[in-house]
Amino acid sequence: MKRPWLPLAVFVVLLGFLGVGLTLKPRELPSALIDQPVPPFRLPVLAAPGQFVGPEDMRGQVWLLNVWASWCVACQVEHPVLMDFARAQRTPLLGLNYKDRPDEALRWLAQHGNPYQRSLADRDGRVGIELGVYGVPETYVIDRAGRIRYRHTGAVTPELLRDTLIPMIGRLNG
Amino acid sequence: MAERFMERFLSVLLLWVCVPVLALAQTALPNSADPALEARVMVIAEELRCLVCQNETIAASHAELAVDLRQQIRSQLQQGRTAQEILDFMSQRYGDFVLYRPPWQSRTLLLWLGPFLLLAWAVWVVTRRLGARGRSTPAPLSPQEAARAAQLLSDRGQP
Repeated sequence: MKRPWLPLAVFVVLLGFLGVGLTLKPRELPSALIDQPVPPFRLPVLAAPGQFVGPEDMRGQVWLLNVWASWCVACQVEHPVLMDFARAQRTPLLGLNYKDRPDEALRWLAQHGNPYQRSLADRDGRVGIELGVYGVPETYVIDRAGRIRYRHTGAVTPELLRDTLIPMIGRLNG
Repeated sequence: MAERFMERFLSVLLLWVCVPVLALAQTALPNSADPALEARVMVIAEELRCLVCQNETIAASHAELAVDLRQQIRSQLQQGRTAQEILDFMSQRYGDFVLYRPPWQSRTLLLWLGPFLLLAWAVWVVTRRLGARGRSTPAPLSPQEAARAAQLLSDRGQP
């Protein structure tokens, strides 16, 4: 054989592909709306259904939008992290209460605490579709101009908050 | 006794066979009264990936998001949107990942052309090898080899 190392080289290359493949996270999709404006919507405030709020009302400030529901188990996992965030930071945190019953959502907040400046009720999930929500919880960082700068799928961890979200908010505010 | 056992066994078996069929019948029920519309919804839903269970189409998935997105397709068709407009709507919100047929873009060139490049490379390697084999002439025999060959050949006639 002229090149006895060739099969080994091919094997190592394939091994490299496998290694890279194993570290990819196919569940965590980048949002198609990164650097795009938040889709316009107006939704009733969960605690005050007569009052309607949308992204337009948040213009001029950096804010977070957290998609949550009382039926969502991972939301309970991230909830203490969001509570800490709300206590320590002045950045507005809005909730998008996704496909939930208002009475159950309000009971959930009463039971676990309410980290949100306001929660908006997306009962039929239409706004969720506009945002490309595919799993609850999701968290969006939105800049002063109303553009989505970051999207996280799954529970917010203290590490994510410390290493990614808070520095990003600082940059966007600075 | 055995007969009764058999009877019960068969009725249980019948139930086992029927229950999945009933369940299928339930899911196959169209959500709107118009079967033609429903068929069009399904054709489009076949093209879209369910992001909750990523190896299923929106047509096949029972995830709640898939049900909502089928409803979205249905209402957009009723508003007179074309299939392409609906696919664009979905990829604008969920990214190209939602499309089972990746679009032809600079980013996806390797994806589309890669297999053909590999094939061309393989054809090139094989033709080169075959050509080399055809052209090469075997090395002349050394004197020892010639002597051994002559001996073998001369041995052949004798028992």
